[in-house]
Formats: sequence, structure tokens, C-alpha cells
Amino acid sequence: MEEIVNLFHGFAVVLQPYNIMLMFVGILLGVIIGVLPGLGGANGVAILLPLTFGMSPTSAIIMLSCIYWGALFGGAITSILFNIPGEPWSVATTFDGHPMAQKGQAGEALTAAFTSSFVGALFAVIMITLVAPLVAKFALQFGPAEKFAVFFLAFCSFIGMGKEPPFKTVASMMIGFALAAVGLDSMTGQLRLTFGFTEFLNGFDFLIAVIGLFGIGEILLTMEEGLSFKGRAAGINPRVVLQTWRELPRYWATSLRSCVIGCWMGISPAGATPASFMSYGIAKRTSKNGDKFGTGEIEGVVAPETAAHAAGTAALLPMLSLGVPGSPTAAVLLGGLLIWGLQPGPLLFVEQKEFVWGLIASMYLGNIVGLIVVLTCVPLFAAILRIPFSIIAPIILVMCAIGAYTVHNSTFDVVMMLVFGVIGYVLKKCNYPLAPMVLAIVLGDKAEEAFRQSLLGSQGGLGVFFSNGLVGSIMALGLIALFWPLIQSTWTRLRLATAA
Amino acid sequence: MTDTPHAAASGPRHRAVELGAAIAMIVFGALIMYGSLQVGIGWGAEGPKSGFFPFYLGVLIILSSVMNLVTATTQDPRQIFADWSQLMSVLSVVVPTAIYVVAVPWVGIYAASLVLIAVFMMWLGRYGIAMSAAVSIGVTIATYLMFEKWFLVPLPKGPIEDFFGL
Repeated sequence: MEEIVNLFHGFAVVLQPYNIMLMFVGILLGVIIGVLPGLGGANGVAILLPLTFGMSPTSAIIMLSCIYWGALFGGAITSILFNIPGEPWSVATTFDGHPMAQKGQAGEALTAAFTSSFVGALFAVIMITLVAPLVAKFALQFGPAEKFAVFFLAFCSFIGMGKEPPFKTVASMMIGFALAAVGLDSMTGQLRLTFGFTEFLNGFDFLIAVIGLFGIGEILLTMEEGLSFKGRAAGINPRVVLQTWRELPRYWATSLRSCVIGCWMGISPAGATPASFMSYGIAKRTSKNGDKFGTGEIEGVVAPETAAHAAGTAALLPMLSLGVPGSPTAAVLLGGLLIWGLQPGPLLFVEQKEFVWGLIASMYLGNIVGLIVVLTCVPLFAAILRIPFSIIAPIILVMCAIGAYTVHNSTFDVVMMLVFGVIGYVLKKCNYPLAPMVLAIVLGDKAEEAFRQSLLGSQGGLGVFFSNGLVGSIMALGLIALFWPLIQSTWTRLRLATAA
Repeated sequence: MTDTPHAAASGPRHRAVELGAAIAMIVFGALIMYGSLQVGIGWGAEGPKSGFFPFYLGVLIILSSVMNLVTATTQDPRQIFADWSQLMSVLSVVVPTAIYVVAVPWVGIYAASLVLIAVFMMWLGRYGIAMSAAVSIGVTIATYLMFEKWFLVPLPKGPIEDFFGL
């Protein structure tokens, strides 16, 4: 009951004209970011983060989270019209979305995609509203050992559940942790790993890493592919929208299943991309028209879009309630909290009620605004994509540079951005996952602090991580996630052995 | 990104790049371990010393990179990383951007951005002077208004901005 009251307070905050304006600005910027190659949710938010330094935290998070929703919506436009996924999580949308556009049903495909995104997000927001306060209340009792166990679980799920080779994930993640450790050690006040360079005193800022790895790296990949856009015309009119809406309730089962998959994958840091593929795969297997998937089935658009958006939204649940972001973009938002002087974690729900519930309320309204904006402005966004890459690329480069500079007003950061960009390009081509590295840079200090505090309490004994039922079971879950591929293959082998 | 091995095209081998990346990471891990040893990895007055946590990160980086190194040696040696023409287009972004980031502290971000956009358009996009000038000047002015005037975020400026008294 208390939550409902809080939520209404949140709506009151969000409905201030200034915040509504920020919401529209955020959605518009977000869709543009989602549509443009080389600008994604994570680095788009990272670049625009400095713009919010002067705002109140609540207004800032409203604008930034709306950029995120916008980017989630925007990915679908390029997938359907141009067969180019603007974001990795919209790859699965191209399978049926683009064939629909080729058959002249671009309007139907876009309407289905946007509406499914909206449904997925709404489902996840309702879940967050109900679950996040409980998780936060529960997490308030966590000591350092439990906190470290939660980090351990988050990072282990990356290794075990990711589709990249596990050792590459470990390497990438540990490099992220190591970069986070450079500079001042917050616990002893000692300098470390700077090797005498004053530039490294403050360590590596994850925002620079995000802008470099995702922004510059992505542009380099796009240049290598030599992209040329050949799009389909985008026609959306109210008749098509209404007609599609009448058709959509037929796929309620697919939709509901995709919502659940999305929420689950979003909370565990697997993220939106695997969620969309998984949802598409399951829909294909269970649907009556499964064999027609890939030729332009509307259900093949509904499934991945719902799951991707649900996962993208659900990723904010652990970020808000535990201080562990479920996706790179959530990690950037979490970094924003730190910059605005807020301590992410369960205490937010106690100390920063206005902020938390303002954010949750803005998720409801932001997605409604998002749906309206994308349904009405598709031709405009499609036109942006027709601007040649040789104009877009330098503008994105400049935006990345400005974003990198404004984080600390340091031109050295702009150089680091380019270094990260080249590294990101090579690592991505070698199939190293970048998300764990970014998350490790963000969470490195906190994970280390929790780890060292736990050891301090136990005088160095690692037994502290299994000292009570709670911490022991979280650690055990983490170990299961870590060795999941092994467990799975052993299980199938055992089953085959017994069957034979 | 395509992973299809096209043996006909020439370019650096994918395996060589993988091996190089793994070796670079091993060196990085060793550096982290060395730096951690410098500040102490044992138990001090206030609990674990500063180098304690990073030292084991270094160990993990080296162990996982050795595994990646071993995996990389089993890869198809004919597969290429990218052919030379693709790498040239990548370099055509990296080199101007490198000059750009070095120039920013000296000439300010606005002048550097204007030149970057114009050069990019004329060189890679083969646009005329008029079009390139229009876009680059327009974007620069829009950036100025958005950051300095609207969001009140000052960006680095150089002699040209001083001359205009901005």
C-alpha cells in the first residue's frame, strides 16, 4: 500500500512540465541514438550524461532513462526498414520484420514491434514496482559478505550464461576490474598501479571506456563493413495501426511468455540480446506457423521485441534495489547516480524516495510517450538513416569526443577514448565480450571493498562467504552459474547414458 | 562482422591477431601483478593491503589469457582478420581522429571538430566544398549553442574562439 502512495508521489514529480519536456527530449534523442549506427544505448547515455550535471538527480534520471527507452524503440526501426539492427538486441527483429517490410507491410511490422516493446516494458515496470521495494528491503540486511556474493553471482552469470568463450569473458572482466583498481585505493588511501603517471591518479573512468569501446569501436566496425543503407519506405497511418492492434491480442501467449523470458534474462545480467533470441527461438518452436518464421510472420516480430524491451527494463531492477546493474546501459545510469551524489543500492528506497519513485513513474509515462513518438515520427527517423555515413560518422566522432571531454573536463580522456575505441574494435572482432569489462570497471571498487571488508571481519578466512545460509546460497548460485555449461553438458550426457 | 573465411583475400591472419591480443593481455596481467607487488599484497595494519585484490586479478588475467592463447593456436590459420582494403577504411577513421584528439588541447574542440567533419566529408564522402562547409559549420554552431548556452557546459577553446571573444 505504501508503494502505491509512493508511486503517486512519483507521478506528481514526473508530471511537472519541465520533467515532461525532458521526457520528450530524452525519447527523441534516444530514438535517434537507437537509429544511428555507432551510437547505442550505453554510449549514447554516456555521452549525454554530462548534460545532466546541472540538473536535479530526479530530472536527470528521467531524461537519461527516457534516452534508454528511446534507444530500445529505435533499434526496431532500422531492423525492419533497413535490415540493419541498430542495436544488438534488435538482430532477432530483422528475421521477420524485414521480410514483412519487403512484402509492403512495413507499417504493420513497425506497429507490432513498437506495441510489443511497449507491452514488454510495461510488464517489466509493473514487476519492478512490485518486486524492487521488497528486494531492497531484504537487501538492507546485507553485510559486506552478502554484498560481495551478489557481485559474485552477477559476474559468474556472465561467464556461464554468455555466448562468448568463457575464458575470453574472464579475461575481459578481470581487465575491467584491474582498470578500476588503478589510482587511489579508497580503503587505504594509497596510490597503486599508476607507475608514476599523474594522468592515472584518478583511475579509468568507465564513461570514457563506454564511449570508446562501444562508440568509437562501433564506428570502426561499421567503416570496415562499408555500410550502404538501402531502406524500405516507411508508411504508418492510423488505419494500419488500428488494424494491427486488432490483430495483436491473438498472440497474447507469445507475448506473455516473451515478457517472462525478458524479465528473467534482464534481471540476471544476461541482458536483452540473448532474451530476444531465446524468445524468438521458443516462439518459432511453439507457434502453429513456426515453419513460416523468417518469411515475415508478425509473431516473429512480437516475440523478440517484447522480450528485448522487457529485459532492457528489468535490467534496472537489480540496479535500483541492489546497486548491481543488469546491462551496460544500466551500468552507465548507475555511474550517473554516483556522479549526482547518490549511493546506489537498497538505501535509495529509504533515503531517496522521490528519486526512486520518480524514476519508476517515469518508466510508465516514458514508455507511453515513447510509443506515441515512434508511431508518429517513423518517417522522420527513417530519413535520418538516409543521411550518408560519411556525414554521420564524423558528427558521431565529435559527439563522442565532447562526451569524453566533459566527464572530467580533461583532454587526456579524449585520447583515452580513442585508445579504448581501437581496443574495442580488436576485442570485438576477436569475440571478446565488452559488457562484462564495462560492468567490472563500474563495480570494481565496490566489489573490492565488499571483498576486503568481509575478509577484515573474518581475519582473512575465505569461510566468511559460506558462513551463513544466505551468503552461502548466493555464492552457491554463483558457482552454479559459473559452471553452468559444464553442468548442462554432464546432465545431457547422463541422460543419454541412462536412455541408452 | 562476417566470420566467413575468405582465403583468396589478403590481410593479417585472424589467428595472429588473436595470439597478439592474448599475449598483450598476459603482459597487462603481469604489469598489474608487478604494480600490486610494489604496494604490497599481504596483510597490513588495516587488513588486506592495496595490492591484495589486484594481484589476484593479474593472476586470473594471465591464466585465462593462456587458455585463450592455447585455443587460438588451434584456429584455422587461413582465416583473415580483415582484408587490407577494410583495414584501410578503418585507418581512414583512426588516423584523422588521432590527429583530432591531439589537436583539441591546442586549437579547441570547435575548430578541430569543424575541420574533422569537413575533411571527412570531402575526403571520404567526396562532397563539394560548399556542402562540407555548410554541414561542418552548422554542426559546430549547433554544438556551441547546445553545450555553452543551453546546458551551460564549457568545452575547450583555443585561439580562434579568443579572437571572436567567445
